[in-house]
Amino acid sequence: MSLLRVENLSKEFGGVHAVEDLSFGIKASTIHSIIGPNGAGKTTLFNLISGLYTPTSGRILLAEEDVVGLAPYALAARGLSRTFQNLQIFFNMTALENVMVGLHLHVDRRFWPTLLRLGGIARKEELARQRAAELMRFVGLASYLDADASSMPYGALKRLEIARALASKPKILLLDEPAAGLNAAETEAIDGLIRKTAETGVTVVLVEHDMRLVMGVSDQILVLDNGRKLGEGAAAEVRSNPAVIQAYLGAASLGGTDVAR
Amino acid sequence: MTSRLMTPRGGGLLALAILIAATPLILPNAFYFDVAVRAGINAIVCVGLNLLIGYAGQISLGHAGFLGLGAYGSAVLTATYGWPPLLAMTLAAAVVGVLAFAVARPVLRLKGHYLAMATLGLGVIISIVVNNEAAITGGPDGMTVPPLDLAGWTIDSEAVWYWLVGLALWVAVWLALNIIHSPVGRALRSVHGSEVAAEVSGVDTARYKTLVFVISAVLASLAGSLSAHYGGFITPSDVSFFRSIELVTMVVLGGMASTFGAVVGAVILTILPQVLTWFADYEHMIFGLILMLTMIFMPKGLVPSLTVLFRIRLGARGGSAPT
Repeated sequence: MSLLRVENLSKEFGGVHAVEDLSFGIKASTIHSIIGPNGAGKTTLFNLISGLYTPTSGRILLAEEDVVGLAPYALAARGLSRTFQNLQIFFNMTALENVMVGLHLHVDRRFWPTLLRLGGIARKEELARQRAAELMRFVGLASYLDADASSMPYGALKRLEIARALASKPKILLLDEPAAGLNAAETEAIDGLIRKTAETGVTVVLVEHDMRLVMGVSDQILVLDNGRKLGEGAAAEVRSNPAVIQAYLGAASLGGTDVAR
Repeated sequence: MTSRLMTPRGGGLLALAILIAATPLILPNAFYFDVAVRAGINAIVCVGLNLLIGYAGQISLGHAGFLGLGAYGSAVLTATYGWPPLLAMTLAAAVVGVLAFAVARPVLRLKGHYLAMATLGLGVIISIVVNNEAAITGGPDGMTVPPLDLAGWTIDSEAVWYWLVGLALWVAVWLALNIIHSPVGRALRSVHGSEVAAEVSGVDTARYKTLVFVISAVLASLAGSLSAHYGGFITPSDVSFFRSIELVTMVVLGGMASTFGAVVGAVILTILPQVLTWFADYEHMIFGLILMLTMIFMPKGLVPSLTVLFRIRLGARGGSAPT
């Protein structure tokens, strides 16, 4: 049974088909990558799944429940979280507070007790602080516990987004190019973090251009081109799929080596 | 207990209480008490407005409208219908709360300039209604308002008003800090930081924007009622567009996302025109100038900028806690 299932999903922007008649399933507790050339519709697909876009047609099922039309915060409550390709950090907060926002669904946020500071709000805040610090250590940001988000380097912010996303206790986590802009060592570390996250039982869906990372870490790979499914399968299958090779060879500069590597 | 007082929150509340308690010692006569009362009332509005502008990052150029509805609501209910002031204040605040709730969803869907224009429009509509419904409001001539009385005790001395407004201000600051230092406050700040990231983190951004808009409107309404009963006479200029700008300038000068900053901004800009009497003719210009200079040279406002300076002096490091 698939934790996430997409059925005949299409999204049009003024006549342009960003995603067209796409169907696939993602099994629980796996690492699933989505690859494809720029403009293949990967990020659009993420935006559809996470509720930022409404599909033109088709269905999205999360744990067998149709979730099309639900707002992102409602999807978060159902166990879906994500990070962003171009960072979406709360730069008006500390790193720790960024992660604490991720805990929003799991903390006491009733209005009247908050207003009158009753019901142990202060004590619960301390617990939330500790939980957020734990998550920051989990993603390797122990040295930034006191930092303002605005003072952190790019690579650390990428991890901060992952920590914030994990704070909402997702069943399924969408990572949009977590290694983009990172050097080899940082990418290596992200690789480890993805595996570590998957080991905790979180289903990871990865959009990524770094083929070494994708081929190494993925249980299953979905290949998109022009909004359509080009191929699907385990790393070895995808690598030897003629259609996939054709698509990547077609993109001259990649020279096919990217896939073959 | 001492550790609690060392936090920005505990220490700030204590400092505010001491300031409010000690100020009368240096106020030589009733005129100064009058200025202090007006400053306190403005500060109450600014504390609420700062939750909206500074923390949630939503602009409002129409808050004088809510202030005016509170003032006129109280005035009409007490003067025309003979209601007890406390009941009139409460009803006016409730009506303003409902109105703010009703307009919040469509208005707060807008961003930046569009939100500014929409709230400006709201304020202007309220101002026009107050001007034109002369049968109820007295129109441009204004109307007299009975003094505040609490269970038969009429409050007419500036000194008593001072303590009353001082207490109300302290409570408003306490409530605002309670919100800020909680998951609700963090949700508000996340809306400011990145609405899309807030949403995927589980924050119902529309709900929180509505909530903070209503809170700030209700606080403005209550402060408006207080100022009407205190002054004893209100005119449509209390509801004007310029009044809204004045309130925003106070928040910006004192420091956005700083509750104590909002109080400081309100106090400074209430005292300034009193101290510099030549100011009167150029009041609008000077406020505009202050707003411009603050945005250019001190975009974070007085209190946050000074706090940073103070920290650097002390050589302290670490995250900036919201104050």
